[in-house]
Amino acid sequence: MIEREILLEKMKTSPYKPMRGRIIAAEMLTEKEKLFRIELEGRLNLSHEPGQFVMVSIFGYGEGPISVCSSPSDKGYFEITVRNVGVLTDKLHKLEKGDILGIRGPFGKGFPVDNMFGYDVMIVAGGLGIVPLRSLIRYIMFHRNDFGNVQILLGCKSPKELLFEAETKEWMRRAEIKFNCTVDRGDPDWKGNVGLITTLIPNVDINPMRTYGIVVGPPIMYKFVIVKLLEKKIPDHQIIVSLERRMKCGLGKCGHCQIEGMYVCQSGPVFNYAQLKNFKGECHEKAI
Amino acid sequence: MKYATLQKTNLNDWLEYLKKKAKLYAPRKKEGHFVFRPVKEVEDVCLEYIPTILPPKKYYFPQKERLFKFSAQPFKTAKAIDTFDEFILFGVHTCDIAGIQCMDVVFRDGPEDPNYLNRKDKMAIIGIECLKYCDKHANCVSMGNHIPRGGYDLMMIDIGDKFIIHINSEKGEKLVKGVDFIKESTEKEMIDLERVREEKKKIFKEEFYAPLSRIYDSFDKSFNSEVWKDVGKRCVGCGNCTAVCPTCYCFDVADEMELNLNDGVRYRIWNSCQMDDFARVAGGEDFRKGRDSRQRHRYYRKFKYPVDKFNRYFCTGCGRCTRTCMAGISLIDTVNALAPVAIE
Repeated sequence: MIEREILLEKMKTSPYKPMRGRIIAAEMLTEKEKLFRIELEGRLNLSHEPGQFVMVSIFGYGEGPISVCSSPSDKGYFEITVRNVGVLTDKLHKLEKGDILGIRGPFGKGFPVDNMFGYDVMIVAGGLGIVPLRSLIRYIMFHRNDFGNVQILLGCKSPKELLFEAETKEWMRRAEIKFNCTVDRGDPDWKGNVGLITTLIPNVDINPMRTYGIVVGPPIMYKFVIVKLLEKKIPDHQIIVSLERRMKCGLGKCGHCQIEGMYVCQSGPVFNYAQLKNFKGECHEKAI
Repeated sequence: MKYATLQKTNLNDWLEYLKKKAKLYAPRKKEGHFVFRPVKEVEDVCLEYIPTILPPKKYYFPQKERLFKFSAQPFKTAKAIDTFDEFILFGVHTCDIAGIQCMDVVFRDGPEDPNYLNRKDKMAIIGIECLKYCDKHANCVSMGNHIPRGGYDLMMIDIGDKFIIHINSEKGEKLVKGVDFIKESTEKEMIDLERVREEKKKIFKEEFYAPLSRIYDSFDKSFNSEVWKDVGKRCVGCGNCTAVCPTCYCFDVADEMELNLNDGVRYRIWNSCQMDDFARVAGGEDFRKGRDSRQRHRYYRKFKYPVDKFNRYFCTGCGRCTRTCMAGISLIDTVNALAPVAIE
C-alpha cells in the first residue's frame, strides 16, 4: 500500500504531470482494439481497484481516459485495451513494445469488490464493456473463494469483434465460473448463440437477494439489461454500472464528465442503480 | 486599525504607491465598455464602472494556462511556471469578489489545484463597494452580493470627498500602513459610512420574484420545464455567457508543440458547456444533446448543483451573461419564469 501513497503524493504536488509508463508488451486483439502491457517508472504497482481508469498521454497528441483491464493482483505491470477511434488512440495504436507513454492515475471509484464478498456475481458485458470488466473478472478469479457463484454473459456485434479470445476460451473451460457468449450477427464459423445479450438473461438462475448484477457496455445496451435485472428482482444497490464520459482532468474540475452535480471521474465511473435512477435527464443509462 | 480614510485627492498617490508594491490591475474604459488592465497611467483607472467585459478571473484563472513543459523523446516533464508574481486587483466589485470565493471553494476541494492556489496566494484584493445599480441586468441583491461579505483584503467605500477603507487582512494592512496620507478613520467618518449604507438600502431591491431559498426550490422542480425549451430555441450556442461568467471554470486540456515537433507545453484553456461537443465521447454518444439541455445545465450549475455540494450559489449577480448574450436571454427573466412551478 506504500506504492499507493507514493502515487497519491505525486498527484498532490503536480496533478497534471504524467508518470512515465513503458510498454512491455503490445498485441492487436481485433482489427480495432490493441492491448498494451505497461510498466510504471520505478516498477511501481498501479495499486488500482478493478474498474478504475488512468489518463493516458502521448505528448503532442493529448490525453484521454482509458479503463485498466488487468487486476491489481497482476503485479509489476497493468494493462489497457484501446479502440482506435481518434487522434490520440490512432497514435497509441502505432506504439509498440519499448515505447514510452504518460500515465496519470488511477482515478475514480472501482467496483465495490469488498461489498461483494460472499455474494453471487453475474457479470453482463456488451462490446467494449468487457475491457473494464476483465479487471474485475481477473480479480474474482484470483480471490475466487471470496465470492459465491460467478457467471459471465458476454455479447458483441460479431464473432470477429470478440475480445480476449484465448482468455474467454479459458473461462469457458473453467468449472468454477459459468460463461455464456452471444453475438448479434453470426458468421459461418460461429457455433455459439446468436441474438441480443438480453435474450440470455431470462434463462439464468439466480437468487436475486444474494446476487450482484454488474453491467458494462454502451448506453443502448445497459438500458435494456438493467430492465432485465430489475425483472429478476435484483435490488437497485446490487445492480452495478460503469459509465463512459468525456474527461479532461480526472480531478473533478474540468466539467466534461458531469452528470447533474456529480463528477463521474471522482464519484464514478462505477455507480449502483440506486444512485443512477434519480438522475433526471443527463444519464442515458437509466432503465426505460 | 480596522478602518482607514483616504482623501479622494490622494487616490492617485496611493495608486502610484501600490503600483510600486506589486503588479497592479484595475478597471479602465475601453470603447464604451470597461476592462481590467495592468495600470500604466494611474489617471486611467476608473472606479465608476459597470461590470467589466471579462471578470478579473483572467488573472487568477488565465484563459490559457501552461500546466507543464514536456519533451516526447526522451520522455521528460518540467515545471512550466517557475515563479508566481505578487499582484493586486484594484477596484473589484463585491459581485466579482463573490466570484473569487466560488472559485476558491472549487479549486481547494480535493484534489487541490496547485496552479490556481499558487496564483491566489500571491493575490491581494482591493474592493470597492457599489452605492448605485450598474444597470437593470444585475441581480446582486437577490444573490446577497451587493454588500461586502469578506473575501477581500481591503474594501473602499465612497463617502463623498473621501474613501473609507475597511481593512480585512494582514496583507491588506500592509498596503495602507505607513502611507502618510492614509489615516485611521474618525468617529464622524464612521457615522458618515453608516449614513451612506442607510441610503444604499433605499436604492437596492431584490430582483427575483422570491427569496433565494424559494428560487432553489423552483429549480428543484423545473428540470422538465418549458422554460428550458424556450431558452434553447433562442440560444445560438456561442458560449459567451460562460466566457464572461466569474464562476465558470470548465476547461479543456491540449498540447502545443514547438517547431522541432519534440518539445512542447501542455496547457489548459477555458471551455464552455455550451459547446456541442462538450459532453460527447469518442464513440459518438452525446450526453447533453441540444442547446436547451446545455443552457439548463448552465443554470443548474449556478442555482442548484453547487448549493447541494458547497452550500453556495454560483451566480454572483453581476449580470454579465445577460449583457453579453447575442440572443437577448436574460438571467433574471429566465429565473423569474420558473416562478409558477415554485408556487404550485
